[in-house]
Amino acid sequence: MATKQYLFAGFGGQGILFSGKFLAYKGLTEGKQVSWLPSYGPEMRGGTASCSVILSDSPVGSPIVSKPDVLVAMNLPSLDKYEDAVVSGGVIFLDSSLIERKVKRTDVTVHYIPATKLASENNMPTLANMIIVGKILKEFNEFGEGVNAALSKVISAKHADMLDVNLKALQIGADN
Amino acid sequence: MADKVLMKGNEAIAEAAIIAGCRHYFGYPITPQTEIAAYMAKRMPKIGGCFLQAESEVAAINMVYGVSSTGHRVMTSSSSPGISLKSEGLSYLAGADLPALVVNVQRGGPGLGGIQPSQSDYYQATKAGGHGDFRMLVLAPASVQEMADLTVKGFELADKYRMTSMILADGTMGQMMEPVSLQYDVKEMPEKKWATTGTNMEREHNIVNSLFLQPDELEKSNIERFERYKYIEENEAMYEEYMMDDAEICIAAFGIASRVAKNAIVEARKKGIKVGMIRPITLWPFPNKPFLKASEKAHTFISVELSMGQMIDDVKLATKCRGEYVLCNRVGGMIPSPEEVLLAIETANKNGGAK
Amino acid sequence: MVVFEKPHALTDVPMHYCPGCTHGIVHRLVAEVIDELGIEGKTIGIAPVGCSVMAYNYFNCDMIEASHGRAPAVATGVKRALPENVVFTYQGDGDLASIGMAETVHAAARNENITVIFINNAIYGMTGGQMAPTSLPGQITQTSPYGRDTNHCGFPVKICEMLSQVDGAEYLERVAVNNVKNVKNAKKAIKKAFENQINGKGFSLVEVISSCPTNWGLTPKKALEWIDEKMIPYYPLGVYKDRSAKEAE
Repeated sequence: MATKQYLFAGFGGQGILFSGKFLAYKGLTEGKQVSWLPSYGPEMRGGTASCSVILSDSPVGSPIVSKPDVLVAMNLPSLDKYEDAVVSGGVIFLDSSLIERKVKRTDVTVHYIPATKLASENNMPTLANMIIVGKILKEFNEFGEGVNAALSKVISAKHADMLDVNLKALQIGADN
Repeated sequence: MADKVLMKGNEAIAEAAIIAGCRHYFGYPITPQTEIAAYMAKRMPKIGGCFLQAESEVAAINMVYGVSSTGHRVMTSSSSPGISLKSEGLSYLAGADLPALVVNVQRGGPGLGGIQPSQSDYYQATKAGGHGDFRMLVLAPASVQEMADLTVKGFELADKYRMTSMILADGTMGQMMEPVSLQYDVKEMPEKKWATTGTNMEREHNIVNSLFLQPDELEKSNIERFERYKYIEENEAMYEEYMMDDAEICIAAFGIASRVAKNAIVEARKKGIKVGMIRPITLWPFPNKPFLKASEKAHTFISVELSMGQMIDDVKLATKCRGEYVLCNRVGGMIPSPEEVLLAIETANKNGGAK
Repeated sequence: MVVFEKPHALTDVPMHYCPGCTHGIVHRLVAEVIDELGIEGKTIGIAPVGCSVMAYNYFNCDMIEASHGRAPAVATGVKRALPENVVFTYQGDGDLASIGMAETVHAAARNENITVIFINNAIYGMTGGQMAPTSLPGQITQTSPYGRDTNHCGFPVKICEMLSQVDGAEYLERVAVNNVKNVKNAKKAIKKAFENQINGKGFSLVEVISSCPTNWGLTPKKALEWIDEKMIPYYPLGVYKDRSAKEAE
């Protein structure tokens, strides 16, 4: 991997920024160059939230991801908005329990994950985001040691009791 | 990398300020810099410092003026419209030769403008921070690490030269997270014999003041200040050169624009175009020397800016207007894409410096 | 035999104030209080913009010259940095009640532990006699040449009355310096305002009804009478708030 550019998008409240942050931390603990850039301001309040994450072996240039290698779409407006931006040969992960349509592009790999459904079935309704991240790690063969370290960094000590359930969510995603 | 942590640019500024010995922060909420205030509100009470939310930006900068008068390190932060309100205070700080650190996490303007990133306060920061003849040290970070580094440096320079250091960042720099290492050997503060800390009945009273009703006295104070500025111009300019050795096209960009430009330069180099970049780290003093040197080889200067073209004036001055000048810009919160910059580079390459 | 002496807290610099102006009296009262409390060495004064802009030359303690109206904000910064020191502002009516209203009210709301000496002479002196926020209805000034028309430019601001509604403020008193009795009372109030600070009680403001013979177009003596006839009826003297005293009751 030289440089991989991720774009996470969905509704505010779906943990978009958090999952991006987790990935950035994981990159950091593995010695990669990373950047994380959220959308900010009123657009995040109830509207769409997005965040750009770049993991690279060399210093990150622009932190803005406009042509993602990997798109994570957690709702339909996000897929509508960013589907065409994904690079040819890129990968789209989407929450198929919230997005009913299929991806139109034929030059990208698509993973349909019923993340919200899986999350509620497993009594972790707020962790659909991490189920998708689990799938990403599995697909990219990155479900390694960095996972635990990154989780403990991104989840503050105050919420340490959330570690296990997050790990479980990642596992559910990976097994899906 | 073990000692690195992921931080937002705004938080990195706040933590670096604390490390630099700043124990007083005054501010007023405004997007996209409010994380600085939030961070200070959390941290200051725990370390015996003072965070105070002022009733306005005007009050905040004057609280800064008060603390600075006592010789303590002090800061405020805001975003573009709030900086306009502070400009009165910036002028008084300059007139009274008081050190301070002021952060501007810029957003689009004029007026209320927007809340997305911008660099359109370049003129305001470098040339017209307020009324009267004065300068501020203007530091332009291009990474979260530099947000922290230049904050520490900003305090040191402010104390050294008894003037305001302004961190001129933008919404992207403030909001993004990158790994940052916060290990600093903070220089000891110079002795501040001028500070108003009470005479203790042991000395003549100190007066912090910017009023000189006698024109000859006011002229003298201005001239003395500008002698200091001249020394700073000769000694404190900071910049980064990127692939400039053989550059025939020179990009000028700071902050987020320089990050975008780097991507474009990498792509252009793949196409064999000899392009490089000079990234001013201090916008005042502007790094004139490397630009002048670059103008010996480079036929075209492309200024990449999130403004309608402000820094490009300084590039022209630095290079004595002897090149061809192109503005590659987006405004209003838009950011030029690497493709837009690449197009500008390719066009400049095709024209070869011809008008 | 009583020998007249200048308070130590005043410098030897000759004051620039007009004949009959009461700034000199109030400066002296403040300096006497500083002497009596033995606090000159730890006092930091903030001068305003207005006639008393050069107060920094007249007080022997450390002094800071603030921008117009911002003295309470500057004082806030100083006091927060040096809580053991004594910090006072000296401001006129334009400075405190017009351009600096926000800073005044919020310093009071925070119960900022500072002392504010507020000179109310119902006019802008330094710029040559324009209407102040405290100019009386009908008062003729350079910018109200037909008399202050309250339909057009509103009513005077009564600072003590207004601030008495601010929960944070500790002590508010209005005094005058137009006769011996009033001067004595003024000194008592100023002393209390400094003592309050030393005792950590908080925001203490003394409004001093003062004269401006030059811009009122009156002789010094007539100006002092005008205070009795016109100013005090509109701005009644007295204590408007004294939280500690009230709590002690």
